[in-house]
Amino acid sequence: MAQYKSPKPWNPYLCGGLSGLLIVLSVWVTGKYFGASTSFVRSAGLIEQLFDPERVGLMDYFTKVTPTIDWQWMFVAGIFAGSYLAAKLIGGFKVQAVPDMWQARFGPGVGKRALMAFFGGILALFGARLAGGCPSGHGLSGTLQLSLSGFIALACFFLGGLFMAQIIYGRRGK
Amino acid sequence: MSLYYGLITGILFGFLLQRAEVIRYDRQLGALRLTDMTIVKFMLSTVLVGMVGIHLLFDLGLVELDIKAAVLGGNVLGGLVFGLGWAMLGYCPGTSAGALGEGRWDALWGILGMLVGAALYAEAYPALKVTILTWGNLGELTLPQLLGVNHWLLVVLAWVGGIALFRWFERKGL
Repeated sequence: MAQYKSPKPWNPYLCGGLSGLLIVLSVWVTGKYFGASTSFVRSAGLIEQLFDPERVGLMDYFTKVTPTIDWQWMFVAGIFAGSYLAAKLIGGFKVQAVPDMWQARFGPGVGKRALMAFFGGILALFGARLAGGCPSGHGLSGTLQLSLSGFIALACFFLGGLFMAQIIYGRRGK
Repeated sequence: MSLYYGLITGILFGFLLQRAEVIRYDRQLGALRLTDMTIVKFMLSTVLVGMVGIHLLFDLGLVELDIKAAVLGGNVLGGLVFGLGWAMLGYCPGTSAGALGEGRWDALWGILGMLVGAALYAEAYPALKVTILTWGNLGELTLPQLLGVNHWLLVVLAWVGGIALFRWFERKGL
């Protein structure tokens, strides 16, 4: 861990504020609020279509959320690209299989981390779709419009997250 | 054209997410273990700035709001399930793409899990639609509508509360 020097992160208030301006500009120019979880539904539909297009065509949810590449899908792809660019140009890029905090608690084993991340991913996306959005759609776009559903969902995201973090890492402050 | 806007917006957002380090597992779990409030600072700054811009443009008739329906069953249960999965994965749907972009490839397990979660949700949707997603459906409701007050009053209150919270974070070194 010591041989890796991460560059100083930028101020979170500044980056957050600029992201706020970015949302405003996006809504003004294209009418699009930020969101991410629907793109995983579209991707799942696109993949399932390869195997059984007829069945996907008949499924209720894939009729509502059609398996296509849309603005939001490109937005999520852009997050990948933007993060790669920032990490490569300014710093922070590191090929890492297990996060530092995880390794300090559970060791460097890839299998354990993979299982936890995989099952966490299943719950996270299922939950996000049931809630109608994720921290982008509800947590940012919803709350900044003062939408009731945004505040309820965001509070529940953190409640569930605080609870599970306790189970995984034990009482706060290790 | 909309696809290009999506990509560009995503790249800029991904850049800011990476620079503030909010896409790091350690930062996300830090927030859920109440030891590092970086992602809360970022999210709340985004919301506070976005809130002013969107309501200003809305009052000028330049943008439309896009309110997600408040369905208590879905928002609460889905939100809690999301939270559990979020703490296990350590990334949310948008940040998982960013984490992968800066080389943290444990995000890949999460992305796979999220695709499975999306597919499972699509299977469960017909049953959820007539049960949980009908519980406590209040429709597309905003806080100003619910409380019967002008939206600017709530924007001002959000700023006052937000700045007080930021000062407290900085005093506590969170």
